[in-house]
Amino acid sequence: MTATTPRPTFEQSGPRLPVVESIRVDRVHPRARIAGSVRATLAIILSLISLIPVFWIVLTAFKTPTDVTAIPPKLIFEPSLTGFVSLLSDMRLLSQAEQEERSQQPDLSWVDQIALQIGRAINGPSQYARQLGNSVIIAGTSTLLSVVLGLLSAYAFSRFNIPAKGDLLFFILSTRMLPPVVVTIPIFLMYRSIGLHDTHFGLIMLYTVFNLSFSVWLLKGFIDEIPREYEEAALVDGYTRLQTFFRIVIPQARTGIAATTVFCLIFAWNEYAFALMLTTQNARTAPPSIPSILGSGGIEWNTIAAGALLFLIPVVIVTFALRQHLLRGVTFGAVRK
Amino acid sequence: MATITLQQVEKKFGSAYAVQPMDLTIQDGEFVVLLGPSGCGKTTTLRMISGLEAVTSGKILLNGRDVTWLHPSERDIAFVFQFFALYPHLTARENVAFPLQAQSVPRDEVTKRVNEVLKLLQIEHLANSRPAALSGGDQQRIALARALVRRPSAFLMDEPLGALDAEFRETMRAEIKRLHLSINATTVYVTHDQVEAMAMSDRIVVMSAAVVQQVGTPAEVYYDPANLFVARFIGSPGMNLLKGRYSEGVVSFGGSKRLPVPAAWRAAVDQVTQGGGELIVGFRPEAASVRADGELEATVYASDLHGGFSMLHLDLGHENPIVHVRASRQEIYPIDALVRFSLDPNMVRFFDPRTEKALQPVAEVAL
Ligand SMILES: Nc1ncnc2c1ncn2[C@@H]1O[C@H](COP(=O)(O)OP(=O)(O)OP(=O)(O)O)[C@@H](O)[C@H]1O
Ligand SMILES: [Mg+2]
Repeated sequence: MTATTPRPTFEQSGPRLPVVESIRVDRVHPRARIAGSVRATLAIILSLISLIPVFWIVLTAFKTPTDVTAIPPKLIFEPSLTGFVSLLSDMRLLSQAEQEERSQQPDLSWVDQIALQIGRAINGPSQYARQLGNSVIIAGTSTLLSVVLGLLSAYAFSRFNIPAKGDLLFFILSTRMLPPVVVTIPIFLMYRSIGLHDTHFGLIMLYTVFNLSFSVWLLKGFIDEIPREYEEAALVDGYTRLQTFFRIVIPQARTGIAATTVFCLIFAWNEYAFALMLTTQNARTAPPSIPSILGSGGIEWNTIAAGALLFLIPVVIVTFALRQHLLRGVTFGAVRK
Repeated sequence: MATITLQQVEKKFGSAYAVQPMDLTIQDGEFVVLLGPSGCGKTTTLRMISGLEAVTSGKILLNGRDVTWLHPSERDIAFVFQFFALYPHLTARENVAFPLQAQSVPRDEVTKRVNEVLKLLQIEHLANSRPAALSGGDQQRIALARALVRRPSAFLMDEPLGALDAEFRETMRAEIKRLHLSINATTVYVTHDQVEAMAMSDRIVVMSAAVVQQVGTPAEVYYDPANLFVARFIGSPGMNLLKGRYSEGVVSFGGSKRLPVPAAWRAAVDQVTQGGGELIVGFRPEAASVRADGELEATVYASDLHGGFSMLHLDLGHENPIVHVRASRQEIYPIDALVRFSLDPNMVRFFDPRTEKALQPVAEVAL
């Protein structure tokens, strides 16, 4: 009789050690699975904790002024658009008699009715809607410019022999070495004398210049990682340098482009000091406007929260739209090194 | 299809030569291998032919047309890279179709030609996979398909098998060779593996230190190396090279070890040594035969068994290097045993120790 060693069954043939991270594993050790779910739980708890302020802003934005100041704080309440209406419109206080009279009118629009609830009447749209629009224009354009110009120069720095390349790159970075606030006064004076004060173009240019150094460096890192062979293959396959740039480099660099876009946008969107100094009316953006909501008679927390909420939404949308590019694709590694 | 001509082509990086001025003509349909140790300028030569690297001086002709300063896309040459360089964001099929799209070939024509090459290389089943999901061999097949699909006038391949496992390499080598025979396209192939070079090429260009050492068929390069570098570099082990003193038709290697110079070489040897002086004698391991009446005597330093023969490493004494000699597998040669061997006079070569160049025999004088 010969003793044959039994063939390992499928059950036994899985990985012997716990496989913690792998892309091509169909059977994961139970211990690794538990560790995975523990980590996921912790991550969820942590992100919930960091989301509490956002959650609170959202709640406050939908409260009436009385609910906002209620003690103990109300978690459950009847949602109201009062905050948004007073944010987006310019209102005046009504006397008792005027309130009586207005409540008799049958043709009041829903916004007027909301205003009436807090004893006010609407004069017209507020500045905030316009300022939010300014923010979109200025932050959007400057982000687009920073990324496009940054991409072109990063590509040049990464691929071509540029004289004094290192010095130039250092020079570009050095524009970020001074705290920006230090130069607000000189820039204010310059802008005023050349007529860029309170213009969209002025802020767009300023934000683009600030973001460019950052975007050149960040994108250069990403482009450096794309093997030159891809472009060389396309060149011998009959493409011009520019076609190669669009068909090979940009798809390969999209993680970097997405990350740069988000960072540039967040900077330009949130910038406060320059916007406050360099704009007054025409080109004023949202960030310096939010504190001025505070001013008009009592602190209207629900209005401020509504302002903050509207302010958050565009960045959240962009980040959300780009999220799958922000995660490093599995495509890296097709050139073996 | 195409002939490729290099005229005095050279490349310098800064002040250092990557390729010293070289002349080379590659015939239509020929399979030429650039062979040499790492850093000798093989890749640079290939990249200059493709246009990816500008020449420092010299001329490159394709079918007689001067392409020296043409953009790579205008040369109608395909390049296969060592690391495949498949575009990771495209599927295998899209990768193969990519070069055709540059020429704005109509869509059904593209589909037809892509299917043709996929079929030729037997990789139809991979058409919709992404490169990252494929094995090295399959990736290289797709890279070959991408090169083939355009029907270029010449193929340049830079160590296309270098990144593959040994077992794949054999298969792919055969596939490339077969492919070459079936489409008969001019091919320049870079490798530092001499077995590959011997097996695949019509002609080998041996390079070292930015200089072309010899251009010849595999047999020429093996049996008639042009200089000491080629003699040492080709073959494993390389040619045995013994330094001796020549006088009056005999080379002596110290003591009583003497070798008569075959008649065909006498004149050349006499001329180089001016009647007597230092001379380098070279012979392949298989040129020696161990026998009782051999003219050279040595002791066994070591021996090892190969498939069909055993390799003896023999010590000739007198500061001569160890020589490697093929012997019958049946015999047993204990270490330090005394053996005698003789050399086949047709397979002995002579080199000038000053110029390191091979001497040329006077043809057929002996007969
Ligand atoms: N872009 C470059 N800049 C400077 N020197 C270079 C450049 N490319 C190659 N060289 C140098 O030129 C010489 C030849 O390089 P090449 O790549 O042609 O060698 P190779 O024969 O292909 O070697 P390997 O077998 O390692 O691929 C090397 O000494 C290398 O360092
Ligand atoms: Mg190389």
